Amino acid sequence: MAEQRAVHPLLKIAVVCGALILFFLVLSWGQEHWDAYTVRILNLCGIYIGITLGLNLCNGFTGQFSLGIAGFMAVGAYTTAVLTMSPAVKQAVFFIQPLIYPLNSIQWGFLPALLMAAVVSGIVGFLVGAPAIRFRGDYLAITTLGFAEIIRIVFTNIVPITNGALGLKGIPPHTNLLWSWGFALVCIAVMVRLMRTTYGRALKAIRDDEVAAEAMGVNLFFHKNLAFVMSAMMAGVGGGLLGNLITTIDPNMFRFPLTFTVLMMAVLGGLGSITGTVISAAAVTIAMEAFRALEEPRVILGLTIPGVPGMRMVVFSVALMIVILFYPKGFMGDREFSLDRVKRLAAGLDRTNTSKQG
Amino acid sequence: MALHRRLMMVLFCAALVSMCGIAAAASDTEIRIGVYEPMTGAMAAGGQMTMEGIQLAQEQRPKVLGLPVRVILVDNRSDKVEAATAVTRLIQKDKVCAIIGSYGSALSMSGGPVAQAAKVPVMGCSPTNPLVTLGNDYYFRACFIDPFQGRVMAQFAYDKLGARKAAIIQDIAQDYAVGLANFFRQAFNELTEDPKSIIAFTSYQTGDRDYTAQLTYVANAKPDVVFAPGYYADAAVLVTQARSLGLKMPFLGGDTFEAPEFIEIGGKNVEGVYFSTHYSADAPVTPASERFVALYKARFKTAPNTFAALGYDCYNLVLDAIERAGSSNPKAIRDAMAETKDFVGATGIITLDANGDATKSAVVLVVKDGQFKLVDVVHPR
Amino acid sequence: MTLEIFLQNAANGITLGSLYALLAIGYTMVYGILRLINFAHGEIFMISTYFAFYGTAIFALPWQVAFVVAIVLTALLGVVIERAAYRPLRDAPRISALISAIGVSFLMANLGLVIFGGRPKTFYRPPIFQVPIELGGVRVVALFFVIPLLTAILLVALNYIVYKTKTGLAMRAAQWDFDTARLMGVDVDRAISITFAIGSALAAVGGIMWGLRFAEINPNMGLFPGLKCFIAAVFGGIGNISGAVLGGFILGFGEIMLVAFLPGLAGYRDAFAFVVLILILLVRPTGLLGDKQRVKV
Repeated sequence: MAEQRAVHPLLKIAVVCGALILFFLVLSWGQEHWDAYTVRILNLCGIYIGITLGLNLCNGFTGQFSLGIAGFMAVGAYTTAVLTMSPAVKQAVFFIQPLIYPLNSIQWGFLPALLMAAVVSGIVGFLVGAPAIRFRGDYLAITTLGFAEIIRIVFTNIVPITNGALGLKGIPPHTNLLWSWGFALVCIAVMVRLMRTTYGRALKAIRDDEVAAEAMGVNLFFHKNLAFVMSAMMAGVGGGLLGNLITTIDPNMFRFPLTFTVLMMAVLGGLGSITGTVISAAAVTIAMEAFRALEEPRVILGLTIPGVPGMRMVVFSVALMIVILFYPKGFMGDREFSLDRVKRLAAGLDRTNTSKQG
Repeated sequence: MALHRRLMMVLFCAALVSMCGIAAAASDTEIRIGVYEPMTGAMAAGGQMTMEGIQLAQEQRPKVLGLPVRVILVDNRSDKVEAATAVTRLIQKDKVCAIIGSYGSALSMSGGPVAQAAKVPVMGCSPTNPLVTLGNDYYFRACFIDPFQGRVMAQFAYDKLGARKAAIIQDIAQDYAVGLANFFRQAFNELTEDPKSIIAFTSYQTGDRDYTAQLTYVANAKPDVVFAPGYYADAAVLVTQARSLGLKMPFLGGDTFEAPEFIEIGGKNVEGVYFSTHYSADAPVTPASERFVALYKARFKTAPNTFAALGYDCYNLVLDAIERAGSSNPKAIRDAMAETKDFVGATGIITLDANGDATKSAVVLVVKDGQFKLVDVVHPR
Repeated sequence: MTLEIFLQNAANGITLGSLYALLAIGYTMVYGILRLINFAHGEIFMISTYFAFYGTAIFALPWQVAFVVAIVLTALLGVVIERAAYRPLRDAPRISALISAIGVSFLMANLGLVIFGGRPKTFYRPPIFQVPIELGGVRVVALFFVIPLLTAILLVALNYIVYKTKTGLAMRAAQWDFDTARLMGVDVDRAISITFAIGSALAAVGGIMWGLRFAEINPNMGLFPGLKCFIAAVFGGIGNISGAVLGGFILGFGEIMLVAFLPGLAGYRDAFAFVVLILILLVRPTGLLGDKQRVKV
């Protein structure tokens, strides 16, 4: 039997670094040369990957079923937007009530604004999580959903800070492929590292059995909040990137259907798998556009089949139901991508070939 | 690999392939105009009504510059992110030379920057939020804007209804309603020279169906009129409740009231509601109006609505600009659009100002005997 | 605020409260037996209004017949949903069942959009319910009496069924423990189906009352009432039918009073329900009338 040694660690690092450098070179080139449609879809993929990983961290790895992600995206989006918009634009946009001081006269760079978005959504995440985290399953879900709705309703009402229903326009379009995929990769790296540490194992222990975990000495409050806050921060930064991508936001964007979309991405990919989340977030984002074909009239074999508006979302809902009923672990289940697996696959293929010849 | 994983991979690849799509026909064999409207979602009604007008216009005028016109519709699902993607798709994949859309100012504001960056002109049919064309020289609209519309109703209330004290119940979750309420208040304060002429100001969220508490509060303040900007479903239910609570004063609104469902849902209760809108089938403002009304009635068998009329005009405005530009080059079309002057449309004589907004008259309609009837025409100063 | 205005608001509050109560009962019954938030309850409510609408509009049935048919169809729908989406996941982790509930809710809302179209429809309102009545300055219509009365009657009837019949006994046994109930000869599946049927029928009654009250129905109408009524059920004590009714009344009443006393904050009204939820979960998680929670280790 052939020996199956793991890939040498140095080789792994070299491969990963090489791949990253190549990846970013391709993205920089693509930002300039690919058509705007492809770039937009790819931007959305990157952003949604990061956000879905955040949801997965909280819902999948720690087993804390939170439905509040849209609220944290809103917090991040508004923070980044208000900080990066120029004072002149702010004055024009806030035409019902002017923006409060000092926000109306400052303008930050993109990175500081994103970091601030992370901080603010982290704080809000803590304020929401600390009281909510003691609830189990269904109650946590409804409580976090409630908080997300409260955030949205507050944003709709506090006109001097958010411009209310009018929303913000003229947000500088800083987001590009490097930012969105940089965000995605940072989230992936953070998740991968986290899951390998004791924190990660504690989170999984909490998911599997809270009581047993506590009995083994895991501090429930600290670890649950850690997951919750990190998830909120990832959602916040993702929201900020989204705002600076489409350059306009309003509170009506951040409602339950958005949470559902992210949840669907996480479930389809597998709630316990980073690779699955990455694949399904990208796949669903692309599929959303690809499935437009369902809504346009098609001519097949000479018959005109009329398009049915709204079919896309029905198809996604059905997909979710199928996955949850028949493949509850999602596409990847608990498995992850790893270079070891690739080597084994390659070795396996090799063996089949040799055995065929033999 | 397990069967279901194989299946998922196949589906995913199929999705990718289908996205590559059929290449668009070369632009020298047809003129492609993109349309992005909400055909599903919260604003589906408005999008569908607008599309009726566009379809009608295309049937009447299927060619320009000797080439057939292809209208490509992309649904933006009443969602901002989708609106931006829809416009990107129209420009990049379908290679349109001009775009029409969208119902819903929030959606238009999302598609605008994309079109501006790609230098493709957009003609909006009905978005009335002033921010839509602000800072965007590639966005135009065939309709007036909310500062004008708010003033129209304030003027009407002051002059024709003799109101000196008003109450406002706005839909706080709709940018259109919030903007309109704001401009109404400003104008009414100016007209009455009384900064406290709005004696009650309250709100609701879209989709709330119980407005009784707000109405009780307003009733107690005893205003002469109540201005209630919001979508027709909310407004119809609100006015119904108002009547059953004993509020007899006139209720006023904006162009979103103009939908057949407003009368359907409100029934007898919405008799006597006044609202401003872009045009009325009763008072054809131009020969084009008469033609449009006749065409619409023949095709759809009912009286036309404002948004269909605006959609009709938008299509013809775009074609007019293409003709004057003499080419399908988007930049040339944009320049021609900016120079639109005295265009005879179904909704009036349209001249686009420096901002890209239409200087047009507004009409005030009232609900009478289960129909929308013209009451007044207000010209811009 | 004068007494007259307060009474008017109170009347409005009672009507709204009883609407919420009707929906909350359905939630609480399902949660009591399955420990599952039936997210789809709001959509079941929405579809029941469409059943009634199509009954009167397309099939031209007399309204009494249309309403009864709608209630029966909705009860069946509830049973079908339970069989298809929840029963297969009974032994799965709780999160799966919850996701399934959310998925069903979304699927039905989107199917509704595709089948019924996005434009709202007008619910048929028999004139008998719209007869205006004025009592000492407070203006109501006949419906204002019908809804609370109906809620009270249903409450009594339900309590009777749950506490005084064998079916109810089976339902309560299943609430405690499936396996033990099975050992005692209880058909747990049947008990659960009956619970769903009753809960959905109640949602249909709520839907019809909603249609009679507000006259407008659309495919997105189920989300918010669904959430608020779940909150009402939690507030009153989840699993407890009287608690759900109480919670519904307090929530409806509170919403109206919030706007009545603070009209400037009317834009925050929907947040009120969520704030109530968070407060009650922090202060008394079992709800006003709930029993002490039993957490099995």
